[in-house]
Amino acid sequence: MTIDWSWIADHTDDLTTLSVSHLQAALSAVFLGLLISLPLAVIAHRIRPLRGFLLGLSNVLFTIPSIAIFVLLLPVSGLTRTTTVIGLTIYTLVVLLRNTVEGLDSVPAKTKEAAKAMGTRPLRTLLTVELPLALPVIMAGVRIATVMSISLVSVATYIGDGGLGQLFTDGFQRNFPTPVIAGVVLTLLLALVADALLVALQYVLTPWTRKRGA
Amino acid sequence: MIQFEAVHKRFPNGTTAVHDLTLEMPEGGVTVLVGSSGCGKTTTLRMVNRMVEPTSGTIRVGGKDVLAQDAAELRRSIGYVIQQAGLFPHRTVLDNIATVPLLLGWGRRKARARAAELLETVGLAADTGKRFPHQLSGGQQQRVGVARALAADPPVLLMDEPFGAVDPVVRTQLQDELLRLQKELSKTIVFVTHDIDEAVRLGDRIAIFRTGGHLVQCAPPAELLASPADDFVTDFLGSERELKLLSLTPLKEVPQTRATPLRADEPVSAVSGDGGRWQLVTSAAGRPLGWLDTDALPATGTAGEAPLTPARALRDTDSLLSALNETIGSPSGCVVRVDADGAVTGVTAREEIHARATAAHAAAGAGAARTAGTAGSDSPAPTTTATPAEHPA
Repeated sequence: MTIDWSWIADHTDDLTTLSVSHLQAALSAVFLGLLISLPLAVIAHRIRPLRGFLLGLSNVLFTIPSIAIFVLLLPVSGLTRTTTVIGLTIYTLVVLLRNTVEGLDSVPAKTKEAAKAMGTRPLRTLLTVELPLALPVIMAGVRIATVMSISLVSVATYIGDGGLGQLFTDGFQRNFPTPVIAGVVLTLLLALVADALLVALQYVLTPWTRKRGA
Repeated sequence: MIQFEAVHKRFPNGTTAVHDLTLEMPEGGVTVLVGSSGCGKTTTLRMVNRMVEPTSGTIRVGGKDVLAQDAAELRRSIGYVIQQAGLFPHRTVLDNIATVPLLLGWGRRKARARAAELLETVGLAADTGKRFPHQLSGGQQQRVGVARALAADPPVLLMDEPFGAVDPVVRTQLQDELLRLQKELSKTIVFVTHDIDEAVRLGDRIAIFRTGGHLVQCAPPAELLASPADDFVTDFLGSERELKLLSLTPLKEVPQTRATPLRADEPVSAVSGDGGRWQLVTSAAGRPLGWLDTDALPATGTAGEAPLTPARALRDTDSLLSALNETIGSPSGCVVRVDADGAVTGVTAREEIHARATAAHAAAGAGAARTAGTAGSDSPAPTTTATPAEHPA
């Protein structure tokens, strides 16, 4: 298996466009997933009976095969980017919802009690005490969801999207390995860079978790 | 002033935490709630700022019914300190202290300035402010907890076993610090503990609770120790009850006889035996060095070079209990008294201290309220015996 470097040199613009499109799909899904998970997690955290139902639902959704999801969505949103993002979003929920609930659970009762006793109202306690303290666990979920989404975008090639995934079908149909290898390497790079950026973001957002000489 | 009027608290599971509580906690004084676990003392404290709502009855803070006020606003007007401080781990020490001022809308600059001021008040270095709680020792965290409670200068402080999680040495320091602060600030403090010694040390009034949420007795410490209402209180106060009473009485009023100590630089040959067997030796500045045994004088040298039995000197502010303790160890049977600078002012004999201890006990027993000059209100408060008819089995 040899790499045709001249093909790569000729297609740098295409590769860039596909990478950007790939990343956009994945990040939109994670963003939407967070937007949906946060309120659901708060509900699951506060109302015990709903917790099992919501977490179970996210598990069930996760077990639906990815191609099936896209097919099921076709009558709703057609062969569009929307379909890709909705499908991916559904998959992020399983990690984001569970981690956000666990993050909220991990906030010490004593701390919440102190906030209440100081006269902090519930919404403000959630925003300024519970969510910041849950952040390390939530961020762990965001990292997994991001890497998972980046790898899953390719599946959307079946509905004509799929970012870098298009390189796989292209290479397969022409029995030409270079685009396939380029696609794999770029997907991997995107995942690594995104993960590193998230680690950096978490470092900035959670100064109290850093080890420092006291 | 905090008033409880016929307050009941029954939890949904059917247990009664507080039973028909009527109690007044005087303004500017420390009321300590004690009792074994499950006696309702913490529930009582938490009802003051509505962390727990009473099932029936009325609670007033400064004359206003707490149930008639917005819970969050009420809580902002009452300082709250809990065990292990309960600090916010994600906020710096300064921001932790600034919590209530920020909730009250003071603005960040003013709140931080106030927080910095409080760091000093509770005896913490200014650079502590930038640290996070986990970077501090338990004692330091507890100080931050107290500073946070004081931030908006509330008239009332609720302290729920605040010093329960620190070691005995730090605990004593924190207690001293609280007494010092209280002398300055005169807050109305409600303090929960299960440690009767802590209660005696800090309380202007002590309320003893019995399992089932019954208040058994509420009285100033001296009165409580001298005349416990029933067997339960007697048992709770422990076998050293009389000694605890002595810990409340300062040495100040006990007379002292003028001492004629030897200077450390005087030669032992000049020592005459007519001053009794044990002679006190002091430094040139008049500080006590120890007792010299004139029956076993060395042949040569000065009094300072001779073997001395150490003497721990006492100030007027030390307690009769410390004095009694010293008489046990002192070979001469006398305790050495010093002034604020540590220079010898005289000695007091064992018999004198015993006589005074007995008198203090009698005075407290006669219901003379506070015998001691410890911090607190100067008007004697009457004993409240809540349920005299109910004795424990």
